[in-house]
Amino acid sequence: MYEFNYQAPASLADATKAIAAAEDGKLLAGGMTLVPTLKQRLARPSDLIDLGRIAELKAIKVDGGTVTIGAMATHAEVGASAAVQQAIPGLSWLASNIGDPAVRHRGTLGGSISNNDPAADYPAALLALGATIYTTKRQLSAADFFVGMFETALELDEIVTAVSFPIPEKAAYQKFRNPASRYAVVGVFVAKTGGGARVAVTGAGPSVFRVPAFEAALDRSFAAASLDGLTIDAGELNSDIHASADYRAHLVAVFAKRAVAEIS
Amino acid sequence: MSAPVSMTVNGRKVTANVEPRTLLVQYLRDQLGLTGTHVGCDTSQCGACLVHVDGKSVKSCTMLVAQAEGAEILTIEGLSSGELHPMQAAFKEHHGLQCGFCTPGMVMSAVDLVKQNPAPTEHDIRDWLEGNICRCTGYHNIVKAVEAGAKAMGGSHAG
Repeated sequence: MYEFNYQAPASLADATKAIAAAEDGKLLAGGMTLVPTLKQRLARPSDLIDLGRIAELKAIKVDGGTVTIGAMATHAEVGASAAVQQAIPGLSWLASNIGDPAVRHRGTLGGSISNNDPAADYPAALLALGATIYTTKRQLSAADFFVGMFETALELDEIVTAVSFPIPEKAAYQKFRNPASRYAVVGVFVAKTGGGARVAVTGAGPSVFRVPAFEAALDRSFAAASLDGLTIDAGELNSDIHASADYRAHLVAVFAKRAVAEIS
Repeated sequence: MSAPVSMTVNGRKVTANVEPRTLLVQYLRDQLGLTGTHVGCDTSQCGACLVHVDGKSVKSCTMLVAQAEGAEILTIEGLSSGELHPMQAAFKEHHGLQCGFCTPGMVMSAVDLVKQNPAPTEHDIRDWLEGNICRCTGYHNIVKAVEAGAKAMGGSHAG
């Protein structure tokens, strides 16, 4: 690891000042990606601003038709929340199946989405549920937030504070795990909402995306059989040592059907 | 550039000046001499470096010591004084180890499991131990050891 200055502000206001003042600062959430990145000397920030001391970023609440989760809530905390489990069981399951238990004790919602790893789980939930991302500067829709591979709409000194998820009629997440890292080789989040069915895919492409053809078929009839014969184009998908693009395209259809079957 | 950190490790208050880039596992092993916590893969997959931070299992190779400021840390050395902890005794009894390299992480992980789930099923145990890799045993005896250790802990021993 290269050297850096470390700060752990106790409030969001102080964190905002610290990141704005840093020459080339990075925000540290749970560190499950950033710390390995630093260890491999793939990043050389001048300053690390640790958000771990900011209590106001950890709240989880459910009111009316919305689940709102603070950016620094860990995957374990989201997974253990009875309120989340009752409101959106698919989101609860997703959080409970990221990585492994020790990773879930440190990794956070805000860290996961700000990194926008193409194989991260949370982006699929945010896009399928039509979540709103709150930051220190504005609020963004999930569709506007996730821009590309490891890229979001966040500015360099902008901090995610919370994400609110409209509660759908039903939702489920299914993924094909990498056997070593537990990352999603392909993950599909399906939601049945008042505005229609929404299908979001992670792991398969450079960044999370929706599948309009699957959504239209599910709007006609919300059943796994509605997806029979439907496929997605492998042309834009990732190909690596874990899976070819063609195989990922196949998995998207299979795991979309499994998610629909779980809730229909 | 060093900065002071202080925390409680195995019940003992410790303070040190560390570079901010120091990992928790480096601090435990190199500065405190607590070499029971191992570095295996060094990429947060294998779990050999697993310790408890404020009662929760974490991989100490993927946490800066600065992030543990003020925390309560428990390592394998602090799990019991004198006699073996029931989970350690169960690993010995059920031959839940061969070379022993992964064992401290396995035991610390298993103790956290039983704290959260006092009567885990075989499925629960295998699921929980996803983040702990063993290259010798094939896991079967580890699972048996954790089942026995959980019973011996009686759901009341928090480590």
